[in-house]
Amino acid sequence: MKINKIVIAEPSPIVSAGLLRFFEDLNQLQVVSVIDNVDDLNDKMIVYNPDVLIVNPLMMGYTNNNIIRQINQNYPDTICVALVTTFIDKSLLRYFKEIIELSDNKQRVANKIFNLINNNDDSMLQNESVDLSNRETDVLICVAKGMTNKDISDMLNISVHTVVTHRKNIVKKTGIKSVSGLTVYALLNNLVEESDIYE
Amino acid sequence: MVSYELFSEKTKMAELVISNPKLMLTLSRFGIELGFGDHNVKEVCEKANVSSSFFLLICNLYANPDYIPSSVELDSVNTETIISYLSVSHRYYVEERIPHIEHHLNRIVEACPERFGNTLQRFFKEYKDEVANHFKYEEETVFPYINSLGNDSENKFSIHEFKSTHSNIEDKLGDLMNILIKYLPADIFPKERIEISLDIMDLSSDLNCHTLVEERVLVPFVELLERKCYENK
Repeated sequence: MKINKIVIAEPSPIVSAGLLRFFEDLNQLQVVSVIDNVDDLNDKMIVYNPDVLIVNPLMMGYTNNNIIRQINQNYPDTICVALVTTFIDKSLLRYFKEIIELSDNKQRVANKIFNLINNNDDSMLQNESVDLSNRETDVLICVAKGMTNKDISDMLNISVHTVVTHRKNIVKKTGIKSVSGLTVYALLNNLVEESDIYE
Repeated sequence: MVSYELFSEKTKMAELVISNPKLMLTLSRFGIELGFGDHNVKEVCEKANVSSSFFLLICNLYANPDYIPSSVELDSVNTETIISYLSVSHRYYVEERIPHIEHHLNRIVEACPERFGNTLQRFFKEYKDEVANHFKYEEETVFPYINSLGNDSENKFSIHEFKSTHSNIEDKLGDLMNILIKYLPADIFPKERIEISLDIMDLSSDLNCHTLVEERVLVPFVELLERKCYENK
């Protein structure tokens, strides 16, 4: 079994001690170092080359934000996770792959970390574009017309799983969750006609 | 920063309201009117014939969404009080807030090209029906069930069923906000749209708290009752 090394960078000793305690019982994870200021970060990266780096973004401030980007570049195998303890500007989270919040319980933290280790996909937190892709628009039109996922998958020749993924992205991009809300959206954008929807 | 301090019987009522103005709505649901001078929560509640422990429970939940009531606090809840509180809240949403938003929306609808207007209206009507059904289920199925607990009657229903099917009535409001803010053409009634958006936000956060009361207070309270009834048998 591979043991994943973790480095924690967090200014509050209470918080880092708590996090340390969380990881104690998880055999696959081992915290190799806890630091409370950014200056040590580069040294620790060289010494330990950890699998997961948990950083409180407050430590970097706004000007130092590119530290995480550099780490992403120099240590592509290290997964950077933000430990968010207070309200924070979104831009500070740009280069992280996941967020741990103070209110997360042990199970949630563990799930987040294990998901990252096992999937290791390259998506950053904020890389979504606002516009719907062509395929998403196709799916949206079908949804607005009241078609089921199965209908849509047959018509567009894609798997139901793909339909679901498109639908999730549509919700994420438009902020609209309900089918009737999406119908209004489709009408306002002239993607469908009233007669397509209501008999 | 979030304040972790809870309100107590000794908190001045005015302090409570000023620290969290949306609690004014809660007050009126308890039949407590403004103008309480420097009296504290206990005094004002006594005068209005309201259980101060239940009042505090609700206010604390409204002010701190992370707050989880203790079993001692739940034990002090009274069936009639909680059902009456929830019913009054339902009426407030259905008879006051939603018609108010609908009134604003109708003015926007009139200014819209017809096909947009129709769609918006239809959307809102669906929402109203959804809310009405949601409340109707609670008032006609869940509340009578709770009232019947302790009687010897056999029950097929249990609060667990409510817990697992409790639907969300805030989603569509969020959708409406998104539509009004992002997608309706810019030249349609800009001022009216700002007002209605603010109203929707208020209603949405109020409904959120209402759901919290049902999930954190009503459900555990009834679970406690169910257990007691079972033990008595």
